[in-house]
Amino acid sequence: MSAPLLTAKGLAVEIGGRCVTRALDLRIEAGQRLAILGRNGAGKSTLLATLAGLRLPTTGSIELGGTAYAALSSREAALRRAWLGQVQADPFGSTVLETALTGRHPHLGRWDWETTRDAELARSALAAVGLAGLERRQIHTLSGGERQRLAIATLLAQAAPLYLLDEPLAHLDLNHQMAVLELFSGAARDCGAGVVMVLHDPALAHRFCDEALLIDGDGHCELGAVDAILTAEKLSALYGYPLRQFADGSRRSFVPS
Amino acid sequence: MPTRRRALLILATLVLLALASLWAALAVGSIPLTTRDILAALLGQDSPGADIICELRLPRALAGFACGGLLALAGALMQVLLRNPLADPYILGISGGAGVGALFAILVGLPLLGVDALAFVGALGAMLLVFGLAHGDGSWTQTRLLLTGVIVAAGCGALVALMLAIAPDDRLRGMLFWLMGDLGQAGGAWPPLVALVVALALAMPFARELNLLARGLMQAQSLGVAVDRLRYAIYLLASLATAASVTTAGSIGFIGLVVPHLVRLATGNDQRLLLPASALAGGALLMLADTLARSLIAPQQLPVGVLTALIGVPVFLFLLSRQVK
Repeated sequence: MSAPLLTAKGLAVEIGGRCVTRALDLRIEAGQRLAILGRNGAGKSTLLATLAGLRLPTTGSIELGGTAYAALSSREAALRRAWLGQVQADPFGSTVLETALTGRHPHLGRWDWETTRDAELARSALAAVGLAGLERRQIHTLSGGERQRLAIATLLAQAAPLYLLDEPLAHLDLNHQMAVLELFSGAARDCGAGVVMVLHDPALAHRFCDEALLIDGDGHCELGAVDAILTAEKLSALYGYPLRQFADGSRRSFVPS
Repeated sequence: MPTRRRALLILATLVLLALASLWAALAVGSIPLTTRDILAALLGQDSPGADIICELRLPRALAGFACGGLLALAGALMQVLLRNPLADPYILGISGGAGVGALFAILVGLPLLGVDALAFVGALGAMLLVFGLAHGDGSWTQTRLLLTGVIVAAGCGALVALMLAIAPDDRLRGMLFWLMGDLGQAGGAWPPLVALVVALALAMPFARELNLLARGLMQAQSLGVAVDRLRYAIYLLASLATAASVTTAGSIGFIGLVVPHLVRLATGNDQRLLLPASALAGGALLMLADTLARSLIAPQQLPVGVLTALIGVPVFLFLLSRQVK
Protein backbone atom coordinates (compact mmCIF):
# COMPACT_ATOMS: atom_id res chain seq x y z
CA MET A 1 0.00 0.00 0.00
CA SER A 2 1.41 3.35 -0.97
CA ALA A 3 -1.10 5.32 1.11
CA PRO A 4 -0.04 5.99 4.72
CA LEU A 5 -1.05 3.27 7.20
CA LEU A 6 -3.11 5.82 9.11
CA THR A 7 -4.29 9.30 8.24
CA ALA A 8 -6.33 11.53 10.51
CA LYS A 9 -7.52 14.94 9.32
CA GLY A 10 -9.14 17.66 11.40
CA LEU A 11 -9.79 15.17 14.15
CA ALA A 12 -11.87 16.39 17.09
CA VAL A 13 -12.32 13.93 19.94
CA GLU A 14 -14.42 14.50 23.05
CA ILE A 15 -15.30 12.37 26.01
CA GLY A 16 -17.62 13.23 28.87
CA GLY A 17 -17.93 16.82 27.67
CA ARG A 18 -14.15 17.17 27.70
CA CYS A 19 -12.18 18.01 24.58
CA VAL A 20 -9.19 15.76 23.90
CA THR A 21 -8.18 17.13 20.51
CA ARG A 22 -9.72 19.95 18.45
CA ALA A 23 -8.27 19.60 14.98
CA LEU A 24 -5.54 16.99 14.93
CA ASP A 25 -3.80 16.05 11.71
CA LEU A 26 -1.81 12.84 11.89
CA ARG A 27 -0.06 10.54 9.43
CA ILE A 28 1.56 7.24 10.23
CA GLU A 29 3.74 5.90 7.44
CA ALA A 30 5.21 2.42 7.26
CA GLY A 31 8.04 2.05 9.75
CA GLN A 32 7.04 5.12 11.72
CA ARG A 33 6.71 5.10 15.52
CA LEU A 34 4.64 7.64 17.44
CA ALA A 35 4.39 8.05 21.21
CA ILE A 36 1.35 9.63 22.85
CA LEU A 37 2.04 11.23 26.21
CA GLY A 38 -0.13 13.13 28.65
CA ARG A 39 -1.46 13.20 32.17
CA ASN A 40 -3.97 10.68 33.50
CA GLY A 41 -7.40 11.46 32.12
CA ALA A 42 -6.05 13.65 29.32
CA GLY A 43 -7.75 11.38 26.80
CA LYS A 44 -4.87 9.31 25.44
CA SER A 45 -6.83 6.06 25.47
CA THR A 46 -9.87 7.77 24.02
CA LEU A 47 -7.82 9.17 21.18
CA LEU A 48 -6.22 5.79 20.54
CA ALA A 49 -9.60 3.99 20.52
CA THR A 50 -10.84 6.62 18.07
CA LEU A 51 -7.84 6.05 15.84
CA ALA A 52 -8.60 2.32 16.07
CA GLY A 53 -12.14 2.96 14.84
CA LEU A 54 -13.67 1.71 18.08
CA ARG A 55 -15.44 4.99 18.81
CA LEU A 56 -16.54 7.80 16.56
CA PRO A 57 -14.74 11.15 16.45
CA THR A 58 -16.81 14.29 16.95
CA THR A 59 -15.59 15.61 13.63
CA GLY A 60 -12.81 14.79 11.23
CA SER A 61 -11.86 11.80 9.15
CA ILE A 62 -9.69 8.77 9.77
CA GLU A 63 -8.38 6.57 7.00
CA LEU A 64 -6.59 3.24 7.17
CA GLY A 65 -4.35 2.76 4.17
CA GLY A 66 -6.40 5.33 2.27
CA THR A 67 -9.84 3.96 3.13
CA ALA A 68 -12.17 5.47 5.71
CA TYR A 69 -13.39 3.24 8.55
CA ALA A 70 -16.97 3.64 7.35
CA ALA A 71 -16.02 1.95 4.09
CA LEU A 72 -14.28 -0.96 5.81
CA SER A 73 -15.95 -3.93 7.41
CA SER A 74 -14.86 -4.74 10.96
CA ARG A 75 -12.90 -7.65 9.60
CA GLU A 76 -11.11 -5.62 6.92
CA ALA A 77 -10.21 -3.06 9.57
CA ALA A 78 -8.85 -5.85 11.76
CA LEU A 79 -6.52 -6.88 8.94
CA ARG A 80 -5.15 -3.33 8.75
CA ARG A 81 -4.73 -2.39 12.38
CA ALA A 82 -4.32 -4.14 15.71
CA TRP A 83 -5.37 -2.49 18.96
CA LEU A 84 -4.12 -3.27 22.45
CA GLY A 85 -6.59 -2.23 25.14
CA GLN A 86 -5.98 -1.61 28.80
CA VAL A 87 -8.54 -3.87 30.43
CA GLN A 88 -8.58 -7.60 29.91
CA ALA A 89 -11.26 -9.33 31.94
CA ASP A 90 -12.32 -12.84 31.08
CA PRO A 91 -15.35 -14.15 32.94
CA PHE A 92 -14.89 -17.54 31.32
CA GLY A 93 -11.78 -19.69 31.38
CA SER A 94 -9.48 -20.10 28.41
CA THR A 95 -5.98 -21.33 27.80
CA VAL A 96 -3.04 -19.17 26.80
CA LEU A 97 -2.85 -20.70 23.33
CA GLU A 98 -6.60 -20.28 22.70
CA THR A 99 -6.29 -16.65 23.68
CA ALA A 100 -3.34 -16.01 21.38
CA LEU A 101 -5.23 -17.77 18.57
CA THR A 102 -8.06 -15.23 18.78
CA GLY A 103 -5.65 -12.91 16.98
CA ARG A 104 -6.05 -15.09 13.90
CA HIS A 105 -9.80 -14.45 13.74
CA PRO A 106 -9.79 -11.84 10.95
CA HIS A 107 -7.66 -14.14 8.79
CA LEU A 108 -10.13 -17.03 8.97
CA GLY A 109 -13.31 -17.55 6.99
CA ARG A 110 -16.64 -18.03 8.71
CA TRP A 111 -16.46 -21.81 8.79
CA ASP A 112 -12.70 -22.18 9.07
CA TRP A 113 -11.05 -23.67 12.11
CA GLU A 114 -7.57 -22.61 13.11
CA THR A 115 -5.02 -24.57 11.11
CA THR A 116 -1.69 -25.87 12.32
CA ARG A 117 -0.14 -22.85 10.61
CA ASP A 118 -2.30 -20.55 12.73
CA ALA A 119 -1.23 -22.50 15.80
CA GLU A 120 2.41 -22.12 14.76
CA LEU A 121 2.00 -18.38 14.32
CA ALA A 122 0.35 -18.14 17.74
CA ARG A 123 3.13 -20.21 19.31
CA SER A 124 5.86 -18.10 17.79
CA ALA A 125 4.03 -14.96 18.94
CA LEU A 126 3.94 -16.40 22.46
CA ALA A 127 7.63 -17.24 22.21
CA ALA A 128 8.36 -13.67 21.07
CA VAL A 129 6.99 -12.30 24.35
CA GLY A 130 8.62 -15.01 26.47
CA LEU A 131 5.52 -17.10 27.08
CA ALA A 132 6.74 -20.26 25.35
CA GLY A 133 5.84 -23.34 27.35
CA LEU A 134 2.77 -21.76 28.95
CA GLU A 135 0.43 -22.60 26.05
CA ARG A 136 -1.83 -24.88 28.07
CA ARG A 137 -2.05 -22.69 31.17
CA GLN A 138 -5.41 -21.20 32.12
CA ILE A 139 -5.27 -17.44 31.70
CA HIS A 140 -6.59 -16.68 35.19
CA THR A 141 -3.48 -18.36 36.62
CA LEU A 142 -1.22 -15.82 34.89
CA SER A 143 0.27 -12.79 36.59
CA GLY A 144 -0.63 -9.28 35.49
CA GLY A 145 2.56 -8.93 33.48
CA GLU A 146 2.07 -12.30 31.82
CA ARG A 147 -1.49 -11.32 30.92
CA GLN A 148 -0.17 -8.15 29.32
CA ARG A 149 2.42 -10.11 27.32
CA LEU A 150 -0.29 -12.56 26.26
CA ALA A 151 -2.36 -9.64 24.98
CA ILE A 152 0.70 -8.47 23.01
CA ALA A 153 1.19 -11.99 21.62
CA THR A 154 -2.44 -11.97 20.48
CA LEU A 155 -1.71 -8.71 18.71
CA LEU A 156 1.36 -10.18 17.01
CA ALA A 157 -0.70 -13.16 15.85
CA GLN A 158 -3.14 -10.71 14.28
CA ALA A 159 -0.24 -9.58 12.09
CA ALA A 160 -1.68 -6.24 11.04
CA PRO A 161 0.67 -3.60 9.60
CA LEU A 162 -0.37 -0.96 12.16
CA TYR A 163 -0.16 -1.37 15.93
CA LEU A 164 -2.16 0.91 18.22
CA LEU A 165 -0.92 0.20 21.74
CA ASP A 166 -2.58 1.59 24.83
CA GLU A 167 0.05 1.44 27.59
CA PRO A 168 1.88 -1.61 26.24
CA LEU A 169 4.26 -1.45 29.22
CA ALA A 170 1.57 -1.71 31.90
CA HIS A 171 2.37 -4.36 34.53
CA LEU A 172 5.67 -5.26 32.84
CA ASP A 173 8.98 -5.48 34.68
CA LEU A 174 11.94 -3.52 33.37
CA ASN A 175 13.34 -6.42 31.39
CA HIS A 176 10.04 -7.06 29.59
CA GLN A 177 9.42 -3.35 29.07
CA MET A 178 12.60 -3.16 27.04
CA ALA A 179 11.85 -6.44 25.27
CA VAL A 180 8.40 -5.25 24.21
CA LEU A 181 9.67 -1.89 23.00
CA GLU A 182 12.47 -3.56 21.07
CA LEU A 183 9.95 -6.01 19.62
CA PHE A 184 7.75 -3.25 18.20
CA SER A 185 10.74 -1.15 17.14
CA GLY A 186 12.03 -4.19 15.31
CA ALA A 187 8.65 -4.69 13.64
CA ALA A 188 8.75 -1.07 12.48
CA ARG A 189 12.35 -1.29 11.27
CA ASP A 190 12.27 -4.73 9.65
CA CYS A 191 8.67 -5.22 8.59
CA GLY A 192 7.59 -1.64 7.98
CA ALA A 193 4.98 -1.73 10.73
CA GLY A 194 3.50 1.51 12.00
CA VAL A 195 3.40 1.82 15.78
CA VAL A 196 1.40 4.26 17.89
CA MET A 197 1.80 3.80 21.62
CA VAL A 198 0.63 5.49 24.75
CA LEU A 199 3.63 5.74 27.07
CA HIS A 200 4.27 7.24 30.47
CA ASP A 201 8.05 7.36 30.32
CA PRO A 202 9.35 10.22 28.16
CA ALA A 203 12.86 8.76 28.12
CA LEU A 204 11.61 5.51 26.59
CA ALA A 205 9.42 7.49 24.19
CA HIS A 206 12.49 9.45 23.11
CA ARG A 207 14.54 6.32 22.65
CA PHE A 208 11.98 4.13 20.85
CA CYS A 209 9.86 6.56 18.85
CA ASP A 210 10.35 8.95 15.96
CA GLU A 211 7.60 11.37 16.86
CA ALA A 212 5.67 12.26 19.97
CA LEU A 213 2.20 13.71 20.52
CA LEU A 214 1.68 15.59 23.77
CA ILE A 215 -1.95 15.87 24.92
CA ASP A 216 -2.62 18.40 27.66
CA GLY A 217 -6.26 17.47 28.23
CA ASP A 218 -7.73 20.85 27.28
CA GLY A 219 -7.90 20.21 23.58
CA HIS A 220 -4.32 21.33 22.89
CA CYS A 221 -1.96 18.88 21.24
CA GLU A 222 1.60 19.21 20.15
CA LEU A 223 3.06 16.89 17.58
CA GLY A 224 6.66 16.76 16.45
CA ALA A 225 9.92 14.85 16.21
CA VAL A 226 11.00 13.47 19.57
CA ASP A 227 14.19 15.54 19.67
CA ALA A 228 12.25 18.75 19.33
CA ILE A 229 9.27 17.93 21.48
CA LEU A 230 10.53 15.81 24.36
CA THR A 231 12.31 18.52 26.29
CA ALA A 232 12.36 19.27 30.00
CA GLU A 233 10.50 22.52 29.43
CA LYS A 234 7.61 21.04 27.46
CA LEU A 235 7.33 17.93 29.62
CA SER A 236 7.37 19.94 32.85
CA ALA A 237 4.44 21.93 31.51
CA LEU A 238 2.69 18.75 30.29
CA TYR A 239 2.86 16.89 33.59
CA GLY A 240 2.64 19.95 35.83
CA TYR A 241 5.81 18.94 37.66
CA PRO A 242 9.31 20.30 37.12
CA LEU A 243 11.61 17.83 35.34
CA ARG A 244 15.33 17.96 34.70
CA GLN A 245 16.81 16.56 31.54
CA PHE A 246 20.04 14.59 31.32
CA ALA A 247 21.77 13.58 28.14
CA ASP A 248 23.66 10.36 27.62
CA GLY A 249 24.99 10.41 24.10
CA SER A 250 21.95 10.77 21.89
CA ARG A 251 19.66 9.46 24.62
CA ARG A 252 17.76 11.56 27.10
CA SER A 253 16.48 10.86 30.54
CA PHE A 254 14.15 12.95 32.64
CA VAL A 255 14.23 13.13 36.43
CA PRO A 256 11.75 14.94 38.70
CA SER A 257 13.65 17.83 40.23
CA MET B 1 -8.50 -25.41 21.52
CA PRO B 2 -10.57 -28.37 20.44
CA THR B 3 -9.71 -29.47 16.94
CA ARG B 4 -12.52 -30.05 14.51
CA ARG B 5 -12.04 -33.79 14.85
CA ARG B 6 -12.24 -33.77 18.62
CA ALA B 7 -15.35 -31.57 18.41
CA LEU B 8 -17.05 -34.05 16.10
CA LEU B 9 -16.09 -36.90 18.40
CA ILE B 10 -17.61 -35.17 21.42
CA LEU B 11 -20.74 -34.32 19.47
CA ALA B 12 -21.07 -37.93 18.28
CA THR B 13 -20.83 -39.10 21.90
CA LEU B 14 -23.55 -36.66 22.89
CA VAL B 15 -25.76 -37.87 20.04
CA LEU B 16 -25.41 -41.39 21.43
CA LEU B 17 -26.28 -40.08 24.88
CA ALA B 18 -29.35 -38.35 23.49
CA LEU B 19 -30.40 -41.55 21.71
CA ALA B 20 -30.00 -43.51 24.94
CA SER B 21 -32.17 -40.93 26.69
CA LEU B 22 -34.72 -41.23 23.93
CA TRP B 23 -34.74 -44.99 24.27
CA ALA B 24 -35.33 -44.67 28.02
CA ALA B 25 -38.12 -42.18 27.41
CA LEU B 26 -39.82 -44.59 25.03
CA ALA B 27 -39.29 -47.77 27.04
CA VAL B 28 -40.06 -46.64 30.58
CA GLY B 29 -43.55 -46.01 31.83
CA SER B 30 -46.58 -47.59 33.42
CA ILE B 31 -46.52 -50.11 30.56
CA PRO B 32 -42.84 -51.06 30.03
CA LEU B 33 -41.96 -51.75 26.40
CA THR B 34 -39.12 -53.77 24.92
CA THR B 35 -36.61 -52.49 22.42
CA ARG B 36 -38.23 -54.66 19.77
CA ASP B 37 -41.64 -53.10 20.42
CA ILE B 38 -40.11 -49.63 20.20
CA LEU B 39 -38.33 -50.33 16.93
CA ALA B 40 -41.42 -51.90 15.42
CA ALA B 41 -43.56 -48.94 16.43
CA LEU B 42 -41.03 -46.42 15.10
CA LEU B 43 -40.90 -48.30 11.79
CA GLY B 44 -44.67 -48.02 11.52
CA GLN B 45 -45.39 -51.71 12.08
CA ASP B 46 -48.29 -52.88 14.15
CA SER B 47 -46.98 -53.85 17.57
CA PRO B 48 -48.32 -54.00 21.12
CA GLY B 49 -47.22 -50.56 22.20
CA ALA B 50 -47.42 -48.74 18.88
CA ASP B 51 -50.10 -46.31 20.02
CA ILE B 52 -48.39 -45.55 23.30
CA ILE B 53 -45.13 -44.85 21.50
CA CYS B 54 -46.40 -42.81 18.60
CA GLU B 55 -49.21 -40.92 20.33
CA LEU B 56 -47.82 -40.39 23.80
CA ARG B 57 -44.20 -41.10 24.54
CA LEU B 58 -42.47 -40.11 21.30
CA PRO B 59 -44.05 -36.65 20.94
CA ARG B 60 -43.42 -35.95 24.61
CA ALA B 61 -39.82 -37.15 24.44
CA LEU B 62 -39.12 -35.11 21.31
CA ALA B 63 -40.75 -32.02 22.81
CA GLY B 64 -38.58 -32.56 25.87
CA PHE B 65 -35.44 -32.87 23.75
CA ALA B 66 -36.31 -29.74 21.81
CA CYS B 67 -37.09 -27.67 24.92
CA GLY B 68 -33.98 -28.84 26.72
CA GLY B 69 -31.89 -28.03 23.66
CA LEU B 70 -33.47 -24.61 23.23
CA LEU B 71 -32.97 -23.72 26.89
CA ALA B 72 -29.34 -24.84 26.97
CA LEU B 73 -28.60 -23.03 23.72
CA ALA B 74 -30.32 -19.86 24.91
CA GLY B 75 -28.46 -20.09 28.21
CA ALA B 76 -25.09 -20.41 26.50
CA LEU B 77 -25.92 -17.42 24.27
CA MET B 78 -27.11 -15.27 27.19
CA GLN B 79 -23.94 -16.05 29.14
CA VAL B 80 -21.87 -14.76 26.25
CA LEU B 81 -24.14 -11.78 25.54
CA LEU B 82 -24.06 -10.62 29.15
CA ARG B 83 -20.52 -11.93 29.72
CA ASN B 84 -21.86 -13.30 32.95
CA PRO B 85 -21.56 -16.94 33.98
CA LEU B 86 -24.70 -16.57 36.11
CA ALA B 87 -26.91 -15.62 33.19
CA ASP B 88 -29.66 -18.03 32.18
CA PRO B 89 -32.40 -17.88 29.54
CA TYR B 90 -34.84 -16.44 32.06
CA ILE B 91 -32.63 -13.73 33.48
CA LEU B 92 -33.96 -11.06 31.13
CA GLY B 93 -37.58 -11.65 31.99
CA ILE B 94 -38.64 -13.85 29.07
CA SER B 95 -40.09 -16.57 31.29
CA GLY B 96 -41.63 -13.95 33.57
CA GLY B 97 -43.49 -12.44 30.63
CA ALA B 98 -44.53 -15.87 29.41
CA GLY B 99 -45.65 -16.77 32.94
CA VAL B 100 -47.87 -13.72 33.17
CA GLY B 101 -49.44 -14.59 29.82
CA ALA B 102 -49.89 -18.28 30.58
CA LEU B 103 -51.25 -17.83 34.09
CA PHE B 104 -53.67 -15.21 32.90
CA ALA B 105 -54.89 -17.63 30.26
CA ILE B 106 -55.31 -20.40 32.83
CA LEU B 107 -57.00 -17.98 35.22
CA VAL B 108 -59.66 -16.98 32.72
CA GLY B 109 -60.04 -20.60 31.61
CA LEU B 110 -58.65 -20.54 28.08
CA PRO B 111 -57.92 -23.90 26.42
CA LEU B 112 -54.37 -25.22 26.03
CA LEU B 113 -53.83 -23.46 22.73
CA GLY B 114 -54.82 -20.17 24.33
CA VAL B 115 -52.36 -20.74 27.17
CA ASP B 116 -49.56 -21.37 24.68
CA ALA B 117 -50.51 -18.36 22.61
CA LEU B 118 -50.67 -15.97 25.55
CA ALA B 119 -47.42 -17.39 26.96
CA PHE B 120 -45.71 -16.62 23.66
CA VAL B 121 -47.24 -13.15 23.53
CA GLY B 122 -46.08 -12.54 27.10
CA ALA B 123 -42.55 -13.70 26.28
CA LEU B 124 -42.38 -11.44 23.23
CA GLY B 125 -43.81 -8.56 25.25
CA ALA B 126 -41.13 -8.95 27.92
CA MET B 127 -38.42 -9.23 25.27
CA LEU B 128 -39.50 -6.04 23.50
CA LEU B 129 -39.96 -4.20 26.79
CA VAL B 130 -36.48 -5.09 28.01
CA PHE B 131 -34.97 -4.30 24.63
CA GLY B 132 -36.70 -0.94 24.42
CA LEU B 133 -35.82 0.10 27.96
CA ALA B 134 -32.24 -1.15 27.86
CA HIS B 135 -31.67 0.47 24.50
CA GLY B 136 -33.37 3.69 25.57
CA ASP B 137 -30.34 5.94 25.89
CA GLY B 138 -28.44 4.21 23.09
CA SER B 139 -25.82 2.79 25.43
CA TRP B 140 -27.12 -0.78 25.45
CA THR B 141 -24.47 -1.87 27.90
CA GLN B 142 -24.38 -5.26 29.52
CA THR B 143 -25.08 -3.85 32.96
CA ARG B 144 -28.04 -1.82 31.75
CA LEU B 145 -29.45 -4.79 29.85
CA LEU B 146 -29.00 -7.07 32.85
CA LEU B 147 -30.56 -4.62 35.30
CA THR B 148 -33.50 -3.88 33.02
CA GLY B 149 -34.11 -7.59 32.48
CA VAL B 150 -33.92 -8.41 36.17
CA ILE B 151 -36.33 -5.60 37.05
CA VAL B 152 -38.82 -6.60 34.36
CA ALA B 153 -38.55 -10.22 35.57
CA ALA B 154 -39.23 -9.06 39.12
CA GLY B 155 -42.29 -7.13 37.95
CA CYS B 156 -43.56 -10.20 36.11
CA GLY B 157 -42.91 -12.26 39.23
CA ALA B 158 -45.14 -9.94 41.23
CA LEU B 159 -47.94 -10.26 38.67
CA VAL B 160 -47.57 -14.04 38.74
CA ALA B 161 -47.78 -14.08 42.53
CA LEU B 162 -50.84 -11.84 42.35
CA MET B 163 -52.61 -14.22 39.96
CA LEU B 164 -51.68 -17.23 42.10
CA ALA B 165 -53.15 -15.46 45.11
CA ILE B 166 -56.50 -14.71 43.52
CA ALA B 167 -56.80 -17.94 41.49
CA PRO B 168 -59.53 -20.40 42.43
CA ASP B 169 -58.27 -23.65 43.96
CA ASP B 170 -59.08 -25.88 40.99
CA ARG B 171 -56.85 -23.84 38.70
CA LEU B 172 -53.95 -23.52 41.13
CA ARG B 173 -52.40 -26.90 40.42
CA GLY B 174 -52.27 -26.27 36.67
CA MET B 175 -50.68 -22.91 37.31
CA LEU B 176 -48.04 -24.33 39.62
CA PHE B 177 -47.17 -27.07 37.15
CA TRP B 178 -46.84 -24.52 34.39
CA LEU B 179 -44.52 -22.43 36.55
CA MET B 180 -42.33 -25.37 37.46
CA GLY B 181 -42.27 -26.67 33.91
CA ASP B 182 -44.32 -29.59 32.67
CA LEU B 183 -43.98 -31.49 29.43
CA GLY B 184 -47.31 -33.26 29.94
CA GLN B 185 -49.01 -30.22 28.47
CA ALA B 186 -46.72 -29.91 25.47
CA GLY B 187 -48.77 -29.65 22.31
CA GLY B 188 -46.86 -30.92 19.28
CA ALA B 189 -43.18 -31.71 19.23
CA TRP B 190 -42.60 -30.17 15.83
CA PRO B 191 -42.71 -26.43 16.60
CA PRO B 192 -39.96 -26.56 19.28
CA LEU B 193 -37.90 -29.05 17.23
CA VAL B 194 -37.99 -26.76 14.22
CA ALA B 195 -37.18 -23.82 16.47
CA LEU B 196 -34.17 -25.68 17.86
CA VAL B 197 -32.80 -26.57 14.43
CA VAL B 198 -33.33 -23.03 13.12
CA ALA B 199 -31.80 -21.41 16.21
CA LEU B 200 -28.74 -23.62 16.09
CA ALA B 201 -28.34 -23.10 12.35
CA LEU B 202 -28.50 -19.31 12.87
CA ALA B 203 -26.09 -19.30 15.80
CA MET B 204 -23.39 -21.61 14.46
CA PRO B 205 -22.01 -19.33 11.72
CA PHE B 206 -21.25 -16.75 14.44
CA ALA B 207 -19.76 -19.18 16.94
CA ARG B 208 -16.16 -18.01 16.57
CA GLU B 209 -17.25 -14.37 16.80
CA LEU B 210 -19.07 -15.27 20.02
CA ASN B 211 -15.77 -16.58 21.40
CA LEU B 212 -14.36 -13.10 20.92
CA LEU B 213 -17.47 -11.37 22.25
CA ALA B 214 -17.05 -13.30 25.49
CA ARG B 215 -13.65 -11.64 25.88
CA GLY B 216 -14.97 -8.10 25.72
CA LEU B 217 -16.76 -5.77 23.34
CA MET B 218 -13.84 -3.55 22.33
CA GLN B 219 -11.58 -6.55 22.10
CA ALA B 220 -14.02 -8.32 19.78
CA GLN B 221 -14.58 -5.19 17.71
CA SER B 222 -10.86 -4.64 17.23
CA LEU B 223 -10.46 -8.24 16.08
CA GLY B 224 -13.05 -7.80 13.37
CA VAL B 225 -16.43 -8.59 14.91
CA ALA B 226 -19.35 -6.30 14.04
CA VAL B 227 -20.22 -6.18 17.73
CA ASP B 228 -23.43 -4.14 17.73
CA ARG B 229 -25.13 -6.18 15.04
CA LEU B 230 -24.01 -9.45 16.59
CA ARG B 231 -25.36 -8.49 20.02
CA TYR B 232 -28.77 -7.55 18.66
CA ALA B 233 -28.93 -10.80 16.73
CA ILE B 234 -27.90 -12.90 19.73
CA TYR B 235 -30.37 -11.16 22.01
CA LEU B 236 -33.21 -11.80 19.57
CA LEU B 237 -32.15 -15.38 18.92
CA ALA B 238 -31.74 -16.31 22.59
CA SER B 239 -35.02 -14.64 23.50
CA LEU B 240 -36.98 -16.35 20.75
CA ALA B 241 -35.43 -19.73 21.58
CA THR B 242 -36.42 -19.25 25.21
CA ALA B 243 -39.91 -18.15 24.21
CA ALA B 244 -40.33 -21.25 22.03
CA SER B 245 -39.36 -23.52 24.90
CA VAL B 246 -41.36 -21.73 27.57
CA THR B 247 -44.43 -21.73 25.37
CA THR B 248 -44.13 -25.48 24.89
CA ALA B 249 -43.36 -26.65 28.39
CA GLY B 250 -43.54 -23.81 30.88
CA SER B 251 -40.54 -22.40 32.66
CA ILE B 252 -38.34 -25.40 33.26
CA GLY B 253 -35.51 -24.14 35.40
CA PHE B 254 -31.89 -25.08 35.73
CA ILE B 255 -31.21 -26.54 32.26
CA GLY B 256 -30.39 -23.19 30.71
CA LEU B 257 -28.05 -22.18 33.51
CA VAL B 258 -26.24 -25.40 34.25
CA VAL B 259 -25.98 -27.36 31.01
CA PRO B 260 -23.71 -24.78 29.33
CA HIS B 261 -21.50 -24.85 32.43
CA LEU B 262 -21.45 -28.63 32.48
CA VAL B 263 -20.39 -28.69 28.85
CA ARG B 264 -17.87 -25.91 29.45
CA LEU B 265 -16.29 -27.80 32.33
CA ALA B 266 -16.04 -30.92 30.20
CA THR B 267 -14.99 -29.49 26.84
CA GLY B 268 -13.78 -25.91 27.23
CA ASN B 269 -15.33 -22.65 26.16
CA ASP B 270 -15.14 -22.76 22.37
CA GLN B 271 -18.64 -21.78 21.24
CA ARG B 272 -18.26 -23.79 18.04
CA LEU B 273 -18.38 -26.88 20.21
CA LEU B 274 -20.22 -25.44 23.20
CA LEU B 275 -23.38 -24.40 21.34
CA PRO B 276 -24.22 -27.71 19.62
CA ALA B 277 -22.95 -29.74 22.57
CA SER B 278 -25.12 -27.74 24.99
CA ALA B 279 -28.16 -28.23 22.77
CA LEU B 280 -27.60 -32.00 22.66
CA ALA B 281 -26.78 -32.33 26.35
CA GLY B 282 -29.71 -30.12 27.38
CA GLY B 283 -32.07 -32.14 25.24
CA ALA B 284 -30.78 -35.44 26.59
CA LEU B 285 -30.95 -34.25 30.19
CA LEU B 286 -34.50 -32.95 29.88
CA MET B 287 -35.72 -36.17 28.20
CA LEU B 288 -34.16 -38.16 31.01
CA ALA B 289 -35.56 -35.91 33.71
CA ASP B 290 -39.02 -36.06 32.18
CA THR B 291 -38.92 -39.84 32.01
CA LEU B 292 -38.09 -39.92 35.71
CA ALA B 293 -40.69 -37.26 36.46
CA ARG B 294 -43.51 -39.36 35.04
CA SER B 295 -42.32 -42.75 36.29
CA LEU B 296 -40.73 -42.26 39.73
CA ILE B 297 -43.96 -42.17 41.70
CA ALA B 298 -46.30 -43.19 38.88
CA PRO B 299 -49.16 -42.80 38.29
CA GLN B 300 -48.58 -39.43 39.89
CA GLN B 301 -46.41 -37.09 37.81
CA LEU B 302 -43.81 -34.72 39.17
CA PRO B 303 -43.03 -31.36 37.56
CA VAL B 304 -39.95 -31.96 35.43
CA GLY B 305 -38.29 -28.76 36.68
CA VAL B 306 -37.87 -30.39 40.09
CA LEU B 307 -36.10 -33.35 38.50
CA THR B 308 -33.78 -31.30 36.30
CA ALA B 309 -32.54 -29.56 39.41
CA LEU B 310 -32.28 -32.76 41.44
CA ILE B 311 -30.17 -34.42 38.73
CA GLY B 312 -28.20 -31.37 37.73
CA VAL B 313 -27.14 -29.99 41.10
CA PRO B 314 -25.06 -32.97 42.27
CA VAL B 315 -23.53 -33.51 38.82
CA PHE B 316 -22.61 -29.87 38.59
CA LEU B 317 -21.14 -29.73 42.09
CA PHE B 318 -19.12 -32.86 41.36
CA LEU B 319 -17.64 -31.39 38.19
CA LEU B 320 -16.96 -28.10 39.91
CA SER B 321 -15.10 -29.71 42.82
CA ARG B 322 -13.07 -31.81 40.40
CA GLN B 323 -12.12 -28.69 38.43
CA VAL B 324 -10.73 -26.84 41.44
CA LYS B 325 -7.95 -29.33 42.09
